[in-house]
Amino acid sequence: MYESGDLKKGLKIEIDGEPYAIIQFQFVKPGKGQALYKCKLKNMITGTQFDRTYRSGEKFNEANLEERQMEYLYYDGENYCFMNTSTYDQESLTKDQVGDIINFLKENIVLDILFFKDQAIGLTLPNFIELRVTEAEPWAKGDTTSGSTKGVTLETGYVIQVPPFVQKDELLRIDTRTCEYVERVKE
Amino acid sequence: MTSTRLTSLSGKRRVLILRSLIIRSIRTFFFDHGFFEVETPLRIKAPAPEQNIDPVSSDGWFLAASPELQMKELLSAGFGPVFQITRSFRKNERGRLHLPEFTILEWYRVNDDYLSLMRDLEQLIRYIAKDLLIYPNIKSHGNKVDISCEWERIAVEDAFYRFAGWRPGPYPDAFCFDKAMAEDIEPNLGLSRPVFIYDYPVSMASLARQNPDNPGTAERFELYIAGIELANGFSELIDPKEQRRRFKDEIKKRQEMGKNDCLMPENFLESMSSMPPSAGVALGIDRLVMLFSNSEIIDNVVAFTPEIL
Repeated sequence: MYESGDLKKGLKIEIDGEPYAIIQFQFVKPGKGQALYKCKLKNMITGTQFDRTYRSGEKFNEANLEERQMEYLYYDGENYCFMNTSTYDQESLTKDQVGDIINFLKENIVLDILFFKDQAIGLTLPNFIELRVTEAEPWAKGDTTSGSTKGVTLETGYVIQVPPFVQKDELLRIDTRTCEYVERVKE
Repeated sequence: MTSTRLTSLSGKRRVLILRSLIIRSIRTFFFDHGFFEVETPLRIKAPAPEQNIDPVSSDGWFLAASPELQMKELLSAGFGPVFQITRSFRKNERGRLHLPEFTILEWYRVNDDYLSLMRDLEQLIRYIAKDLLIYPNIKSHGNKVDISCEWERIAVEDAFYRFAGWRPGPYPDAFCFDKAMAEDIEPNLGLSRPVFIYDYPVSMASLARQNPDNPGTAERFELYIAGIELANGFSELIDPKEQRRRFKDEIKKRQEMGKNDCLMPENFLESMSSMPPSAGVALGIDRLVMLFSNSEIIDNVVAFTPEIL
């Protein structure tokens, strides 16, 4: 159970039976007035957002969220299917629920699926993943200009900015939080 | 870890020097205007019971949420115009403009009312700006506020009507009033020149005198610059019977919220029978430094926030 004073950005609470993330938060208190807790809330299932201002002393249930490791199997044209590798349970997520993670989603990758009351509602990638370059312009030898980058295509179809020496078929480590290239992986 | 802390502290050097110059300027201003500086205890037995201010307890007593009651006792004892720069403590207040321990400037005039305090504020802030060579425009939060022109004065009723579209009357619903104030009104106040909003509903001014010309309102004002509430002042209530009734009311409201921590400030009430007509105002020094340094958050103008201690 949370109280108004515990509210902050990133906290996940349950409202009317649905999970919400606080995506913006501000404490305000007009002169001699009461403390107010201004929140921008995002519904973690539908993605809809709204603003709400709470006063002190209000109580909130923690959103009952749980992460389970699952393996990405395939896209069936409508949904993305995942499997729990120990129980073989399968779950699916819609394109909207997968969102931008689609850029790094490769078959057989193991990731965390987020559940709210046993319903799959989202996913998070490991912080670092490895993906292969499928298309790249050849390295123009001698181009050592520091800071220069080029775009290469990864096996998921995503185009990422990398240093000029990166070549086709190389394996890259990518930081999924910033969507940035980290380094080449030696095989 | 230690080095990150020290780097963050060194980064505040410029603002903290500015802060010390502002405080020097404030002292000079008040001494030049015939005030003298007083000191009152940080740890007190009975703070003013106020519905929306939670005092921090300290070994059976409390840390002062403002120096108000003891400064007024000094007025009752015949001290003339006085000022003080001190720390105040308020539980559960932390945000872009709030620290649970903050620095307050408070001053009182005898045989004067809230209008004189508004004039003091105009003079004080212009004086500091000139001293710091940032007169006449204060740049803050994307606004350029001209402090040399005449400062705007808007009655609370009119501010509500202009920015929120309704009139609060003498006994508005507290939540609606505070929410409209925080969301619709405050962000629009003082963007091109400073603004005083004045004459609050009586229910929102527990220690202020009622306005004889405008019944239902109390002679209380707030100063806003660049959307930031900077100072709160009023013509003092000096009737001990009425003050006791209002304190009882505040204590009752606190009890209804489950807060049974307030004592009646008996010594203060006793001294009030000798209190001359007076007016007093409190100004947040941290917020003043925010304005003069164009800082987005209060964290930038103090060396240590509670989170890094």
